[in-house]
Amino acid sequence: MLRLEPRAESSEVMSYLSPLLAVVLMLIGGLILFTVLGKNPLEGFRIFFINPVSDLYGVGELLLKATPLMLVAIGLAIGFRANVWNIGAEGQYIMGGVAASAVALYFYESEGFHILILMVVAGCIGGMLWASIPAYLKTRFNTNEILVSLMLVYVAQLAVSWLVHGPMMDPDGFNFPQSRMFEESALLPVLIEDTRLNIAFGFALAALIAGYIFMYRSFLGFQMQVAGNAANAARYAGFSAKRMIWIGLLSGGAMAGIAGMSEVAGPMEQLTEHVSNNYGFAAIIVAFVARLNPVGIFFASLLMALLYLGGEQAQQYMNLPSSISNVFQGMLLMFLLGSDVFINYRLKWGKANG
Amino acid sequence: MALKNKLLKQLAVAGLAVVTSISSGFAAEDTVGFVYVSPIGDAGWTYQHDLGRLQLEKETGVKTNYVENVAEGSDAERVIREMAKRGDKVIFATSFGYMNYMLKVSKKFPKTAFVHATGYKMGKNMGIYNARFYEGRYLTGVIAGEMTKSNVLGYVAAFPIPEVLQGINAFIKGARSVNPKAELRVIWVNSWYDPGKERQAAMTLMSQNADVITQHTDSTAVVQAAEEQGKYAFGYHSDMSKYGPKAHLTAATHHWGDYYVKTVNDVKAGNWKPESIWGGYKDGMVSLAPLNPAIPAELQARIRDMEKHLTSGVLHPFSGPVVDQDGKVRVAAGATMSDKDLNGMNYYLEGVVSKLPKQ
Amino acid sequence: MDSSLITSILVATIIAGTPLIIVALGQLIAERSGVLNLGAEGMMAMGAVAGFAVTHHTGNPWFGVLAGMAAGMLMSFLFAVVVLTLMGNQVATGLALSIFGVGLSAFIGKPYESEILETVGSIRIPLLADIPVLGPALFDQQILVYFSWALFAGIVWFLFRSRPGLVLRAVGESPAAAHSIGYHVISIRYMATLFGGAMAGIGGSFLSVFYTPLWVEGMVSGRGWIAIALVVFATWRPFRVLVGAYLFGGVMVAQLFVQGSGLEINIPSQFLSSLPYLATIIVLVIISRDQNTVRLNAPVSLGLPYRPDA
Repeated sequence: MLRLEPRAESSEVMSYLSPLLAVVLMLIGGLILFTVLGKNPLEGFRIFFINPVSDLYGVGELLLKATPLMLVAIGLAIGFRANVWNIGAEGQYIMGGVAASAVALYFYESEGFHILILMVVAGCIGGMLWASIPAYLKTRFNTNEILVSLMLVYVAQLAVSWLVHGPMMDPDGFNFPQSRMFEESALLPVLIEDTRLNIAFGFALAALIAGYIFMYRSFLGFQMQVAGNAANAARYAGFSAKRMIWIGLLSGGAMAGIAGMSEVAGPMEQLTEHVSNNYGFAAIIVAFVARLNPVGIFFASLLMALLYLGGEQAQQYMNLPSSISNVFQGMLLMFLLGSDVFINYRLKWGKANG
Repeated sequence: MALKNKLLKQLAVAGLAVVTSISSGFAAEDTVGFVYVSPIGDAGWTYQHDLGRLQLEKETGVKTNYVENVAEGSDAERVIREMAKRGDKVIFATSFGYMNYMLKVSKKFPKTAFVHATGYKMGKNMGIYNARFYEGRYLTGVIAGEMTKSNVLGYVAAFPIPEVLQGINAFIKGARSVNPKAELRVIWVNSWYDPGKERQAAMTLMSQNADVITQHTDSTAVVQAAEEQGKYAFGYHSDMSKYGPKAHLTAATHHWGDYYVKTVNDVKAGNWKPESIWGGYKDGMVSLAPLNPAIPAELQARIRDMEKHLTSGVLHPFSGPVVDQDGKVRVAAGATMSDKDLNGMNYYLEGVVSKLPKQ
Repeated sequence: MDSSLITSILVATIIAGTPLIIVALGQLIAERSGVLNLGAEGMMAMGAVAGFAVTHHTGNPWFGVLAGMAAGMLMSFLFAVVVLTLMGNQVATGLALSIFGVGLSAFIGKPYESEILETVGSIRIPLLADIPVLGPALFDQQILVYFSWALFAGIVWFLFRSRPGLVLRAVGESPAAAHSIGYHVISIRYMATLFGGAMAGIGGSFLSVFYTPLWVEGMVSGRGWIAIALVVFATWRPFRVLVGAYLFGGVMVAQLFVQGSGLEINIPSQFLSSLPYLATIIVLVIISRDQNTVRLNAPVSLGLPYRPDA
């Protein structure tokens, strides 16, 4: 019978192949899914994966959608590598959007490049503040950061609801729950004419590069890697666990906050309750699929963004529920976690030795 | 092609008179698109709009497309744009959150007619429409005032925006017009659609002695809860009697079919121009679902009369004196509230015992 | 405050706490064996949709509960294969299960949105239900409320009075030792994980078949996560799960009563709605402040993979 046999050392090849294997398995799953639903699978794949990017606008949308995923995922990956499980990036993203909006509204009807810079800084700080709650509780009281950061997502959603119904509501908006539309000076410049792709895509690329340098070229990044792989070794080496918790959570919070800023100052042009787009959760999938690697995050974000756009198209042209995107995303992640076993084990046919 | 030529001729005539008409007209293969915020289901806000869509298909023969469950975030812009791009000549977006995104897309597709429900921004080729939901609410309030034994009424509400407050205030004003002892308790659930919470809120209200309840949310949970507890309830949006045959006294419903037919016919004829429509009883946009036999015949007759008066304009739910919760007179006796004041409503009227959190 | 009001607050609190108890007790068993499954939210969502769909088609809520249970078990089986057989990361896989389950349930549940079920009545225990105030709250309840108490009693007996319970705890404390005296660690963990999935599925079906009763995307709304938090809060002891669940249920219900009462409060309703989540955080802080309590009570091998060397 088939059985697993441990490898002498982990397979480098498999660690690159297993994401591809997961993608292939996901496509096979999709094939089965379309067939079961009585749709032509080829037509399905065309609508899902090709239609969304068949023109320049579509490509712009793909990159626009991938931008927050890249930002959040690289921030989270830094923490995940050290086993700091920040699951609440969604809340940090919202609070970043809120803080950036506060700046935009404060400088309403004024001009100047400083507004955008302040908005980026505010978004970053807003996300970091929200992430500092689980960091503080974890380092001070040893409270589980998974649960705290997650509970704070629900709190952040209610907080933004209160803000747009109250203090940040558009005074000329007939009491509808929304902020004023931002002025031109508070909007991120668009990169390609006639698309919505803005300069935040540049931030995301910069963050990926910075993340790469931190992870692979800095001592701190090395420390965090060690802490994640072998907590005891890290303790013997005298690496501060608390410091890693802080860095792990704050990096996620900062990046999520900037992503939230790029949403309100990008396609939304205002703050509403609908700022939350599930990017915070989707980025967790991205980070894992990417094996916490910046290059991987780049490609995984594009894939995830394509799954979203594809789901929309499937909804518009095939009458499928848009949650089909989540099914694809879920399959991808489960298959990946499953195929990871081949990194450390090989499949053998036959009886156990000895 | 014959139809197209005929249309073009019509357009040539009509086009001179109308500056902002959709100049390319409406070809036989052209379609109409609908953007829905939630699944259609079989009761509720989106369901009512979809009834309108079906009426449109039946009466005009145009082909329609729809997309359900479109979130009100920035993704909506892409969905609306895709509809315009693939050739939907008229696009109806049926939730407030689409407003700014639709406005942006409308500028890119000047030959398409965009129509947005419940918003306030218009464009060169974007009109808006809404219904005076509070007219139906007032009538349900009258029924509630007569049917209550405990004199406590309950209201499960989503968010304190003017449209919702108009409903709450029309309801209590109707109730107190026949029963000055009536009081109203309100619970906010901070969601348009969360059956679990809506049900919990309904149960809470009934345990606080409310014996007639209603809701301004989108599910049927409140009616179901009332049925279970042997209390009365009103549906909203749609006739919800099948969810609580005994509890459901009637429902304040809204209807869009006639408006959709007229809009599309106007576009076809080439004389559509963006308008702001706020229709009520007289436009057929608002009405009541069938009345429950539990309502005494005398009261039924009175309600039917009031419906006529709403249609003729003799009856206005917010005619003075309108007094708020703190005793402040908002509209003097003899006057009626202006549309502008209605749209800025941010207070409770007298009779509401809950307090609105200060902003 | 009159006594009928107190009764209705109690009724609402108990009902709100019941799904939390069922799910948390299931996770408690899984965690006692050393398996941390963060997928409760996804398993509950699948249980809810399966329970609703089957009840809708068969008209029998019991088939619905069974289907919910089966769906939860199926999901937890998926989890078990990845983390126990393939030795994937438990945290990552659990998260994946949550995301996957919530998405898949929305997908499957599409045709059932705004369908309705007949309300399942409560079961009245004669005599006991006549006790003033407490009687109707405790003894005129949904059958799954009684089930949650039976489950509690059963689990207390199992963990602390039965031999298999002892083995389960041993596996969680020291899988290597349990293995060396001849127990099959992986099989025991499989069973514990499946039990956790079954309970999460039942808890989910309680929401869609008995509580609301409706199906809507996202209806579990964080209850799975609160259940996981409850296990930590309870420091892996069944009785504290019971107390904690009712405490959270009470907070959920109390904010609605405050709103309806017309008390002069100047608190935004959004803040009141966030109280259950804030309460969870505060309680977690209080519990974990004393690091020894957590460390002494947490199963030693929680979240760690185990592979017996052949």
